[in-house]
Amino acid sequence: MRLDKRSQASPAALLLAPVGAVAFTLLVSALLVLWAGAPVGRTYAAILNGGFGSLFALSETLTRAVPLILTGLAATVAFKSRLFNIGAEGQLYGGALAAVAVGGLHGGAGLFAAPWLVFPLMLAASALAGALLLLGPALLKARLGVDEVVTTLLLNFIVLLGVSALLDGPMKDPGAMGWPQSVGLAPELELSRPLAGTRLHSGLLVASGLALALWLVFKHSLLGFQIRATGANAKAAAFAGVPALRTAVLVALLSGGLAGLAGAVEVAGRTGYVTLDMSPGYGYTGIVIAMLAGLHPLGVLAASVFVAGVLVGADSMSRVVGVPTYIADVIVATALIAVLVATLLTQYRVRWRRAA
Amino acid sequence: MTDPVLRLKRISKRFGTLLANDDISLELGAGEVLALLGENGAGKSTLVSILFGHYEADAGSIEVFGQPLPPGQPRAALTAGIGMVHQHSTLADNLSVLDNVMLGTEPLWQPWSARDAARARLLRTAERFGLAVQPDALVAGLTVGERQRVEILKALVRGARILILDEPTAVLTPQESEALFDTLSQMVAQGLSIIFISHKLAEVLRVSQRIAVLRAGKLVAQAAAGAVTQAQLALWMVGHAIELPGRQPAGAVGEAVCVLEGVSTAALGRDRLDGVSLALHRGEVVAIAGVSGNGQVALAELLSGTRTASAGSVQFLGAALVADPARLVEQGLARVPEDRHGVGLIGDLALWENAVSERLPAAHFSRRVGGMKWIRRRAALAHAQRIVEDFDVRGAGPLAPARALSGGNMQKLILGRALRAPGGRTARLIVAHQPTWGLDVGAVAYVQRQLIAARDGGAAVLLISDDLDEVLTLGDRIAVMHAGRLTAALPAAQWTRQTLGLAMAGVASADAAHGKSIAEAVAP
Repeated sequence: MRLDKRSQASPAALLLAPVGAVAFTLLVSALLVLWAGAPVGRTYAAILNGGFGSLFALSETLTRAVPLILTGLAATVAFKSRLFNIGAEGQLYGGALAAVAVGGLHGGAGLFAAPWLVFPLMLAASALAGALLLLGPALLKARLGVDEVVTTLLLNFIVLLGVSALLDGPMKDPGAMGWPQSVGLAPELELSRPLAGTRLHSGLLVASGLALALWLVFKHSLLGFQIRATGANAKAAAFAGVPALRTAVLVALLSGGLAGLAGAVEVAGRTGYVTLDMSPGYGYTGIVIAMLAGLHPLGVLAASVFVAGVLVGADSMSRVVGVPTYIADVIVATALIAVLVATLLTQYRVRWRRAA
Repeated sequence: MTDPVLRLKRISKRFGTLLANDDISLELGAGEVLALLGENGAGKSTLVSILFGHYEADAGSIEVFGQPLPPGQPRAALTAGIGMVHQHSTLADNLSVLDNVMLGTEPLWQPWSARDAARARLLRTAERFGLAVQPDALVAGLTVGERQRVEILKALVRGARILILDEPTAVLTPQESEALFDTLSQMVAQGLSIIFISHKLAEVLRVSQRIAVLRAGKLVAQAAAGAVTQAQLALWMVGHAIELPGRQPAGAVGEAVCVLEGVSTAALGRDRLDGVSLALHRGEVVAIAGVSGNGQVALAELLSGTRTASAGSVQFLGAALVADPARLVEQGLARVPEDRHGVGLIGDLALWENAVSERLPAAHFSRRVGGMKWIRRRAALAHAQRIVEDFDVRGAGPLAPARALSGGNMQKLILGRALRAPGGRTARLIVAHQPTWGLDVGAVAYVQRQLIAARDGGAAVLLISDDLDEVLTLGDRIAVMHAGRLTAALPAAQWTRQTLGLAMAGVASADAAHGKSIAEAVAP
């Protein structure tokens, strides 16, 4: 087999690529389902039904999608400029802690100020916490060439251990019967839940609004151009006068800030306090979502709903047909690989040749 | 011709919609130098890549010494006695000459290394062809000419009987080129056959017995070197007559626009400036000659605002030059970088974005709303469209990615971006680094005319080029770079090819650039 590079991807291939990727994903996952001894059709139907089949299922999926949208956007901003931020997980926890620190300490009464003042402060603090966590690695990369993949990845462990220490120390909820759990957020700071009987909260609007805003920034602003230019060709961007250090700092603040906000929105919208297991890897899944979305902010919305639907659907599916929920991780991971390969193949022409 | 050692039969190769080789049949005789002449993109490289097994032809076959050559296998080509010397050195810098020559010749699982035998073979071959080398010298310390000699030896030691040289003189001084030609004639005298790829007419006539001309993938003509003129070759190569601009001396030279005094930069590998002084005036072209890698990149980047000096002063328009490209461009600096793919343009971004990328922060192209600058898309698109029209950029619309452009059109876009400011302001200083490298003759003529026109419009032009013809044609004053040092910039009439070549090799120092001192330098 031989790959010849095309000068431009053919439109037919661009249309076929996602279809082929989905088909491939379903095929591979079907093999595993069969191996687990379950009927393929019923398993997929159960996942679909559990993720999107009812208003409640849909509300659960969208609730799960909110932090994924934010971490997905965080990865999108960073990856677009080739700053490989693997630390969204830690930034999310940093943001969650900051939110509780502003809105939950002092006996649960917040900063002794009106909610309309504390609420924006809380969001700002969480964004700042996430941003600062990424600023260090970004500066180290820009000034000294330190690999940001290593620094941001390792910071995750540092942050998680720090959170653990705080949850057992100064931020521990005295009423939690010894569980490592932070004090709760003041109730008036929690996000509203527009649909009665569901957990869906107004964080969805915040996340969607940010996706739209980011899309506008990418498409129409000077900063967006500078981010895209730096990512596409840093040398040429520098030649054209894009300030490398300034761009790196802004990208770090944006990306880390979005991941930090994910933590605040989770606390204010869903949990009400911080625990060590509040994120089942949302930070890492955000990377998958960004790649699935082709680093497009609006694509992040769709990819987040897809991934959240599969995760939520797999939970209920495993209760029905008994296939372990881990199949959801397999589906998401396979979909990622399939999409990446399919996108790559649109730029090539595949030729088969006879064995020489 | 005696029995051919190499026979290409009806070779065709297609890349997408581009027919890179179209039904090409060629023969190479024993002891013959065959020149493959053609512009960039004519299909020369594709043809030899097929011959060497990098690509597989869509149609056609190859015979070497009467045996069919299996397609797509470089190893088979090596075994059959084909050796290739690439344009850019493929040697490992951190290994010795001997190690480089031995590299890949011994099986990986062989527990010992036959260094002594290899050394003897290397020295024997070197002596036979009169190519002096030191087997234990580190390749990193060799000059470009010496590296090329090692590449040739590497092919010969492996038993090459047919040698392919891809644009071998592109990186050599005139004197080094002459030495190479002597080596080639020794090799053919001993029965080797050579394919010599070039687009320089004079050297093709000088070195080869037979010339094959490629144009747009087709073999358009074959002729004996003695029976053809440069003019005829040029016509075959280009397809129609194109006149390169001749010497057009500058008119009145105005005040200094940019002055360098004792400028040095920190070394990045071999690339640095070492106490360079130079003044650039309105209405003149100062051309910098030199073998690439002697500090030209440092000079170009320094004046483009992407590198800073470690010592000395750089004045631009009467004030110290600040390394801020956006501001310099705003002040009237026009820049044409050496690497148009890697530095000049951002291939993944749209053509229109590339056309305004240097000037986006200016008020004409962006406005501040809500603490952020937003691009005035309509103004930017209109400006891009004007550049596309004025500079005849073809091959892609303003919304297409810039990577879709051919090299020549990329260069026109870069030139247009540099020279065309909104509001009709003209450039004060043009820094052009290898502006015509790799372009076809038509594009070369276009770029050179634009530079002359800009000079006549009152700009100071700094032209940095490897190409001596270009330097001699365009330069009103010429200076030569060697090892980070620059000779005095003397009027073009005071230089000859000979003196330029010596200065490029570092023989003549700045004050010895005049004929008399050169004569002393050459004398044994």
